[in-house]
Amino acid sequence: MIVLKGGTVIGTEQRIADVAVDAGRVVAIGSVDVGAQDQVIDCSGAWVGPGFVDLHVHLREPGQEWKEDIASGSKAAAAGGFTTVVAMPNTEPPIDSGQIARYVFDRGTETGLVRVIPSGTISLGRAGAKLAHLDDLWAAGVRIFTDDGDTVADSGLLRRAMDYIAELGGIVAQHAEDPGLAGRGHMHEGAVSSRLGMIGLPSMAETIIVERDIRLVELTGCRYHVQHVSARQTLDVIRRAKEAGLPVTAEVAPHHLEFTDRLVETMNPVAKMYPPLRTEADVAALRAGLEDGTIDCVATDHAPHSAHEKDVPFEEAPRGVIGLETAAAAVNTSVGLPAVTFFERMSIAPGRLLGLETGPLVVGSVADVTVFDPNLSWTPGTFVSKSANSPWIGTEITGRVRATLLGGQVTFEHQEGASV
Amino acid sequence: MSLLTIEGLPAAEISRLLDLADGFVEVLDRPVPKVPALQGRTIGMLFYEVSTRTRMSFERAAKALSADTMTFSPSGSSVSKGESLKDTALTVGSMGPDLFVVRHASTGAPWRVAEWTGLPVINAGDGAHQHPTQALLDCLTVRQHFGKVDGLQVAIVGDIRHSRVARSTAQAMATMGASVRFIAPRTLLPFDVEGWPVETTCDFDGAIEDLDVVYMLRIQQERGGGDVFPSIGEYVNRFGLTRRRADRLPEHTMVLHPGPMNRGVEIDPAVADGPRSLVTKQVANGVAVRMAVLLDQLSGSEKS
Amino acid sequence: MPEVINADDLGRAIHRIAHEIAERNHGIENLVLLGIPRRGVPLAHRIAVVLEEIEGTSPPVGALDISMHRDDISSRPTPTLHGSSVPVDVTGRTVVLVDDVLYTGRTIRAALDAVNAFGRPAAVQLAVLVDRGHRQFPIRADFVGKNLPTSGAEQVVVDVEEVDGSDSVRVEVSSQAVHG
Repeated sequence: MIVLKGGTVIGTEQRIADVAVDAGRVVAIGSVDVGAQDQVIDCSGAWVGPGFVDLHVHLREPGQEWKEDIASGSKAAAAGGFTTVVAMPNTEPPIDSGQIARYVFDRGTETGLVRVIPSGTISLGRAGAKLAHLDDLWAAGVRIFTDDGDTVADSGLLRRAMDYIAELGGIVAQHAEDPGLAGRGHMHEGAVSSRLGMIGLPSMAETIIVERDIRLVELTGCRYHVQHVSARQTLDVIRRAKEAGLPVTAEVAPHHLEFTDRLVETMNPVAKMYPPLRTEADVAALRAGLEDGTIDCVATDHAPHSAHEKDVPFEEAPRGVIGLETAAAAVNTSVGLPAVTFFERMSIAPGRLLGLETGPLVVGSVADVTVFDPNLSWTPGTFVSKSANSPWIGTEITGRVRATLLGGQVTFEHQEGASV
Repeated sequence: MSLLTIEGLPAAEISRLLDLADGFVEVLDRPVPKVPALQGRTIGMLFYEVSTRTRMSFERAAKALSADTMTFSPSGSSVSKGESLKDTALTVGSMGPDLFVVRHASTGAPWRVAEWTGLPVINAGDGAHQHPTQALLDCLTVRQHFGKVDGLQVAIVGDIRHSRVARSTAQAMATMGASVRFIAPRTLLPFDVEGWPVETTCDFDGAIEDLDVVYMLRIQQERGGGDVFPSIGEYVNRFGLTRRRADRLPEHTMVLHPGPMNRGVEIDPAVADGPRSLVTKQVANGVAVRMAVLLDQLSGSEKS
Repeated sequence: MPEVINADDLGRAIHRIAHEIAERNHGIENLVLLGIPRRGVPLAHRIAVVLEEIEGTSPPVGALDISMHRDDISSRPTPTLHGSSVPVDVTGRTVVLVDDVLYTGRTIRAALDAVNAFGRPAAVQLAVLVDRGHRQFPIRADFVGKNLPTSGAEQVVVDVEEVDGSDSVRVEVSSQAVHG
């Protein structure tokens, strides 16, 4: 038996208690007597809640294992308090068939540090022309379909995908970026891009696609998820769709809750990601959207790239930053949600979306548990991930994952004085 | 200390560099236009973009100061073998230059070279971002002709959105007290000039009668295929410095162009070669300005 | 702050230097005076005025900027260019360099280098208002207004009316040379 001692437990009610875990389940919450054989984890001052769920990570396997692989990505996820991650399908080859989906699933199970659920592409080969092997993917356990990294620009293709996936019960997730408006943009289109002379990627490129997609949701009834929402105008569109009762959800990435396009002025490609960092007004709107539930959950868009790939001029650099190991602390620092809302956005809402059992910790819950200390400050420097392209390097953030349990097994325990 | 951008450089600092450059105009006019000031110094030139005039101007400036140059340009070099900018900068850096001059198609590349090598860097043009020595030579040319920059009405006309010259020269001239206007179709204006010391307009003809300086920018012909304006012909009609338009300029108004010119597109040949043109003066001043900047970078910095 | 040369003395020194120049060169034909900025330039002009009184005509006078020929550019702040103006081709002529103070000789070494940019003189002579000693180069002046033995801790301050508003030479105690 493992006893998580003295933390603030996020159950049906929030209270200071011990949590006992045995045989993969929560077996007691309250004052637990510790036996000689029991492992005790001190949770005083920390929140004890359902394990974090990340709907958006790039584990790079198969095909780009020099950036990350399922084993290293799983380790990073556990260190970040995650118990479930959804692997994006833009691998090489892409996850557009059941065979590759099963490979990713099996590698995740083999590693055993986090539940790795593959997502599948919408279009075959992510080419935006024909439907991927949707039935096959569904049968392999895929629940989220996306061409992430690219937008499904062809409205006809997207409509057919939504019709088909609606019937399966899956979710269409969109990386929303109108290719014509985005052009060869490198950063948010605004005063900063104008001054730096870089081609801009307007907010409207995202909003227009989400607007269009929601029309298709009306038409098809398909569940639809907006990935890494970045523009405040997009939030208005999502809010209206939710008010109309449409099955629309949205995620936000931690970096969009903190940084603005001013970070590009450093010329450091660590500030390069798609969608791009936008303005103060967008950051404020995203924070408010996460608080009020317009945005359902946080998703890292963990996108590892090797140092040599980022050691180039900004415009030549690949897009994306890592996020698994800093996500919880970053969100806690940027937004400062109360404990219940924090776990709702980090764990419960994304778990529900995936159809997992994730919910408040009660006796009988699957013992996917994260112990998070909301007051412990640290400065990221080194990472468990194979890559270190993090915008938080050298920036103090507050909040630290003290322990992660997956199915009752400890997958991560923070060592005092350790860098991670 | 590098010269990466003209942004934030105070007027006194620009004036000081222009004064120094004025001195070098005289040096370049001597029977032996060469001084030993930077003898024994080596300048690493990384030119990742084809640029005849800027590269030659820097080389001429370096040699007139008796510095040695090592010039790297990508054609037929290790870039075609896949070497990164970082590796090239570190490789050339190991050969002992005192300073880098960097031109690159990507914004910020000179900043990265400075960061990687720890050496001072002069930005010789990065993407559509900055070209500080061009801004200084433009200010010098205008100051020589008018005796001042302060109070002049300056129009920069053409593809401002994609122009590092427009960004740098507008900032420098505004800092020196000029009123700067950008004139272009909206598709060639920057998306947002909030906080810039400039005004924008799409009406060249409406502005033409109260200008002291008209600065014409090169129009990349390939943009005229319906990319950002319908055709070259339509562009010339509204934004070209044609003879008819030049005739409407006040008597004293002067014309600048950073080169290379598209004669018959943004500027009529008769105007380019006419009495209003300061174009050749700009090129000559370019050498003096770069001498001033090189000297300024390397004086007081004992070789380690 | 003792004044070692007053305005009258300074005028007399200029006169004597001019006479010596004329005498040594058997007139002023083929001469050109090049002052070293800043204070050497007005001194050169004054010598030329006296030469005109003596000879009835004055030699061409110019300025020779030596800032780009100094050997210590790397270790000092960015120098100011005063500008050279050499009115004639110096090839085949006798150049008389004029400066206010002769000290280490480094300035004159730079000047000998700088003058070559304007041609190949037949001869170069040096006129200084004050020679304060402490040479670091094998250089000596041909015409000296006043020899002024000093210690290295002193500095010689020359004021000339055209630059400073009055004429005088003072010796001050300091570790830093000002005009010298």
